[in-house]
Amino acid sequence: MKLPAFLAGDAMSNRVVPATGFTAALTVISAAAMAFLAVFTIALAQASSALAARWEAELAGTATVRITAPEEAVEAQTQAVLVALSQTPGIGSARRLDTDEQTRLLAPWFGSDLPLETLRLPVLIEVSEAGEGPDINGLKQRLAAEAPGAVYDTHGRWRAPLIEAASRLRQLGILSLVLIASVTGAIIALAASAALAANAQIVDVLRLVGARDGWITRAFVRRFTLRAFFGALAGTVVAMVFVALIPGGVEAGVLSGLGFRGAEWLWPLVVPVAAGIIAWGATYLAAIRRLRQSA
Amino acid sequence: MIELDKVAMGYGDRGLFSDLSLSLPAGSFHFLTGPSGAGKTTLLRLCSMELAPSGGRITLLGDDVSRLSRDQVALMRQRIGVVHQDCRFIDHLSLAENVLLPVTVSGPLDPEDHKQRDQLLSWVGLADRAENRPPELSGGERQRAALARAIILSPDVILADEPTGNVDWDMSLRLLDLLIELNKQGKTVLCATHDLNLIRQAKSRVTARVLRLRNGTIDQAGAEL
Repeated sequence: MKLPAFLAGDAMSNRVVPATGFTAALTVISAAAMAFLAVFTIALAQASSALAARWEAELAGTATVRITAPEEAVEAQTQAVLVALSQTPGIGSARRLDTDEQTRLLAPWFGSDLPLETLRLPVLIEVSEAGEGPDINGLKQRLAAEAPGAVYDTHGRWRAPLIEAASRLRQLGILSLVLIASVTGAIIALAASAALAANAQIVDVLRLVGARDGWITRAFVRRFTLRAFFGALAGTVVAMVFVALIPGGVEAGVLSGLGFRGAEWLWPLVVPVAAGIIAWGATYLAAIRRLRQSA
Repeated sequence: MIELDKVAMGYGDRGLFSDLSLSLPAGSFHFLTGPSGAGKTTLLRLCSMELAPSGGRITLLGDDVSRLSRDQVALMRQRIGVVHQDCRFIDHLSLAENVLLPVTVSGPLDPEDHKQRDQLLSWVGLADRAENRPPELSGGERQRAALARAIILSPDVILADEPTGNVDWDMSLRLLDLLIELNKQGKTVLCATHDLNLIRQAKSRVTARVLRLRNGTIDQAGAEL
């Protein structure tokens, strides 16, 4: 049967399956609740993906050279490092951070009124890599020879766990979606089985007057598919409103970055369609099982 | 039309028949009688494929029913009208919808189907009850409605299980008249009943044979009826 004809149904097959009953409410409410959770899970997965991508983009291709040396050698080693960096293929630019920038970096820990001149801080050089980047090992060996107090830091040590964490968060979101889909299918299958059991007499009468299994199955499957679809649609719309009302921008972190931007708002609309497909499959299997017990 | 060849059937350890043979030709009218528990309803349910025999072979309208798929069984049922003892309606549908149900499930409806349904309801005297639901009807009205539903697809065979079981004598005669009229239209009728007065009444108006089911065997009841 074609999808439009299936969705339209016919007046009599719509009438044959009772429109009310606890299974109707169970299907609609569970589909709505699961859709609500699914939309938030999609938003979470979307936010963690965006965060991982942002971290990856912002930190990839950058490095820092930290120079810690006796006071009289600092300036010489800094110049040696800058020269070495300027001569190294794969280095786009290298720039020494000034006192204001270092103060801003330390402000979260020591406050903004830090008397930086009283502290002996390492010199920091911000490096932007170009192309494939430099030969890190070769560069480190040269720096060790020309500026023993210099350490080339690619940020990899602390960047990798962050990206890994964001990636795990995204996998968790996908796993959650699979679980939500499975639970939705199980609940709808149970509701359909209960409805078929409650309407066993109707199923038997239909068989006795000459209804084929396909006709009976369609009557029940269509009813449950539409109930699940509209329940999920309601849950999706409510969840989208809640997501839209979450304060904060994407820059503020994973939680305040929870939400959709632009075309991403189309993603939640997949949820009611998926709920309808799951309901279709679950009810179809339940109906086939029930019909096998009838004459 | 309907042939049972050495059919065996029972429930659990209790065997009802072990070697039952029967042949009902097209256009015949048969009463099926016998004591309670003899297996009249079981025999009708075998003929309507609600039950499968444990042995032997049943042939309906030329087809061995054991070889039919579920879809073929459904199509076969559209050629056999059954009036169950308990009528078997869908209670939340109107009487008109119930009567039209065999047509509804067999394909798309057209305006002629509704006209035929209305004619049938008039024929069984229920035109003014069309929008009532089955629980709102009396026993006799339900039996007549079940008969209307059984014949709406103009089946070749009508199986009626105690169609007069819950109605008074006047209504019994009215239902009998309907069955006789259908038989005169060429339908094969098999009517299970324990009402011997009804059988006697019928014998004066239609060429009916009486089958008596007793102790797992079936025989022709003769002139004593």
